[in-house]
Amino acid sequence: MICELVKKTKLNETIYDYVIDCPEMAEQTRPGQFLHILCGGDAYLRRPISICDVTENRYVRFIFEVRGEGTRSLAEKNVGDRLDILGPLGNGFTLYPEDEDAVLLIGGGIGVFPLLNLAKKLEGKATTILGFRNKDAVMMDEEFACASRDVFLATNDGSCGFHGFVTDVLQNIIRNNKVSRIYTCGPTVMMKAVAEIAKEHGIPVQVSLEERMGCGVGACVTCTCTVSGNRKRVCKDGPVFDGAEVEF
Amino acid sequence: MANMKVNIAGVEWKNPVTTGSGTFGFGREYNEYFSLSELGAVCLKALSAVPRMGNPSPRIAETPKGILNSVGLQNPGAEAFLEKELPWLRQFDTKLIANLCGSTMDDYVAVAEILGDQVDMFELNISCPNVKEGGMAFGTNARMIEEITQKVKAVSKVPLIVKLSPNVTDITEMARAAEAGGADALSLINTLFGMKIDVKTRRPVLYNNMGGLSGPAVKPVAVRMVYQVRQAVKLPIIGMGGITTGEDAIEFMLAGANAVAVGTAGIVDPYAWIRVRNGIEAYLEENHIQDVNDIVGTVEMH
Repeated sequence: MICELVKKTKLNETIYDYVIDCPEMAEQTRPGQFLHILCGGDAYLRRPISICDVTENRYVRFIFEVRGEGTRSLAEKNVGDRLDILGPLGNGFTLYPEDEDAVLLIGGGIGVFPLLNLAKKLEGKATTILGFRNKDAVMMDEEFACASRDVFLATNDGSCGFHGFVTDVLQNIIRNNKVSRIYTCGPTVMMKAVAEIAKEHGIPVQVSLEERMGCGVGACVTCTCTVSGNRKRVCKDGPVFDGAEVEF
Repeated sequence: MANMKVNIAGVEWKNPVTTGSGTFGFGREYNEYFSLSELGAVCLKALSAVPRMGNPSPRIAETPKGILNSVGLQNPGAEAFLEKELPWLRQFDTKLIANLCGSTMDDYVAVAEILGDQVDMFELNISCPNVKEGGMAFGTNARMIEEITQKVKAVSKVPLIVKLSPNVTDITEMARAAEAGGADALSLINTLFGMKIDVKTRRPVLYNNMGGLSGPAVKPVAVRMVYQVRQAVKLPIIGMGGITTGEDAIEFMLAGANAVAVGTAGIVDPYAWIRVRNGIEAYLEENHIQDVNDIVGTVEMH
């Protein structure tokens, strides 16, 4: 699908916030799904980038970090440019209306972005824990504050919010509160630790995985992960999986 | 409109475009983008007699105008395929090619026997670089190619295509060996064995360290090999290697391919197969050619 870039914001030296105008995608999108974007330049493959938010039933927002060739070319696009995008792809997070208000969202680094749309879909009932390296890396905390019941910030060096990891905050919350479900996205080590704690306490946990990807639609079978002893396609069977079943 | 029908070893395809095995799964995913009936044939993901897990991720790495993959023939096994995938595939008006893989010669024979005559053609995969046993180990030795072709041909109830590896010194020797073993057709090329190193981590990008290179980067190698094989044997040839446009396909046909497969291009553009088919038609029309078969092998060398 060809979509027009209608808004471009540079959030820091390497992170860009894009909004595309695409009513068809906006209508179909569920939290946790992703876009497969042809970046141009020397990048041959598309790049999978998670959807951050959907607004006004026509705008789809995604935020990405410049990491290599593809994202560098993507960062050079300007408002008015037309992007070749497949999506929304994959299975997003599964929502349970009976959860009420004991739901936790846990995001780490650039993994926080796909949780925003989820927080909104949960209608402010979720409690969000956001983890970053340091104060300069903190992002979107205000947007999450608007979309969540409560937001806890943690930084590795203590320069902002709690000094420590999201898992420390998680342990504190579990100690004093009932938690009915956890949704998480971030570095693999973080999600693995979150999934272990959740498992220990018998809390269902959904994790959003990332893997080097080819087609994005399930055909080439390159982006696999191991779930309960079976190879699953991150693009088609995921990217969201039951954290208790993923073999990290 | 020009004739697009081709005949590959007695099997008539409505047009000369098929899919590169392993890039198209069993067709379900791309059928959401176009009907499988649009293609001359669908070459399915490799099948073994028993299910295979394949290799751990990362299984794909981007390279200049191409990719390296190390999937390692992951598949649910031939019996599960017959039960769960074939009935669905049969609703389409296209020919089905099963790609056969295994670790030993007996494995290949077993999968051919399980599939019987339930697909239209077999493609013998003796050229996959991503498995420790079988695969490329068979396909880079002329004597082995002849022997395995003979053994599988003896039990095949449908025409047998042998898929050649480009990782050899002389591709014509391998083509002749397949012909001597009784192959009904040849397909080439499979991927070129390659490696990519992440300079930050100083480790290969692929978990399996090495993998198969495909995409536009390999096209000139593939065209050269199709040309050489055309000079060496009379068998029908399915040419592949980086085909992305109708003109790329024409290039292979001028070199001597009777049909073409599109693979990696579809990983980037889900409509690549249709674009190639339409591009071939457009070329024939622009050049007032009545029959696609008329261009096969008509390259004029300097």
